[in-house]
Amino acid sequence: MPRWGLLTTLCVACAHPAAPLPPAEGLRPVAAFDAIAGRRARSVALFDEVARVLTHPRCANCHPVDDRPRQGLDQVVHDPPVWRGPDDRGEAGAHCDACHQERNSEVSRVPGAPAWHLAPASMGWIGQSNAAICAQLQDPARNGGRTLAQIQEHLAGDALVAWGWAPGDDREPAPGSQAELAALAAAWIETGARCPEEAP
Amino acid sequence: MKLVVNGQPREVDVDPEVPLLWVLRDRLGLTGTKYGCGAALCGACTVHLDGRAVRSCVTPVARAEGRAVTTIEGLSEAGDHPLQQAWIRHAVPQCGFCQAGQLMTAAALLAEVPAPTEEQVDRALAPNLCRCGTYLRIRAAVLDAAGAK
Repeated sequence: MPRWGLLTTLCVACAHPAAPLPPAEGLRPVAAFDAIAGRRARSVALFDEVARVLTHPRCANCHPVDDRPRQGLDQVVHDPPVWRGPDDRGEAGAHCDACHQERNSEVSRVPGAPAWHLAPASMGWIGQSNAAICAQLQDPARNGGRTLAQIQEHLAGDALVAWGWAPGDDREPAPGSQAELAALAAAWIETGARCPEEAP
Repeated sequence: MKLVVNGQPREVDVDPEVPLLWVLRDRLGLTGTKYGCGAALCGACTVHLDGRAVRSCVTPVARAEGRAVTTIEGLSEAGDHPLQQAWIRHAVPQCGFCQAGQLMTAAALLAEVPAPTEEQVDRALAPNLCRCGTYLRIRAAVLDAAGAK
């Protein structure tokens, strides 16, 4: 979400808006949100910070709403042409691990991590608002039956998620670090896992 | 490093990070598998690991250890795999450089989906490039081999 979006959310969510958070290249630490008055507003602001990672192309490219993975910061359709397949791991004869190894290939530049695959279509969020993504994350019917604690564990420890900060070659990593994301997600859950409201 | 290639045990002394392609071609003399792009973008180097298609140009040979490697030379003993027969019937190849990769990808597809739809054939083989443009004959031959004339 752009910075003005975060500010709008904060202003809508608080009776007494907090001073705007300074812009950040990386992720803001959890402590930076302590000054926000009101548990709900703090929770929403924490989610918006988490969403800076979720919506970064390095992560979102494997969360398409259709059956085609994306690549690059411009999120173009994956080339060579490949499709999701029945298990999110590619079509028969063209599985993801035909090319993607368990780690990045320095020589060929092909990115790699353990169990390279797409998120299920129900967890696709390219082009979705933070409010919609937040609702998806909390819906067991769409999130693979995960509890919020399991979502936090996924963000904190999953090896494929970790690739977002070690993408290899000259790829831009996701903002911050996986540990910072984990802390923000934990704080979001602790403050009630509140979601931003859809923009009117 | 111990490998099983086309059913034969082989032993090679190589860096485990060397791409499988170069072990097959340079150490074992199996030159049917082609080098196209070296970046998993064209499919000319496709072989099977435990029956699944992989791009050998980006696959570290260590990944093949303890698994069955099949190259175009091992697809059938007499060159009469149903796909190879269909390839001949449809006169698929033009220059031929990509065809080993096309055949190995098609064979992996049929092993998983014996009677694929046209869409499944297209999706399995879309990542395999053919600069001669034999795509329509490839599709026809795969469907023919699958008995879906």
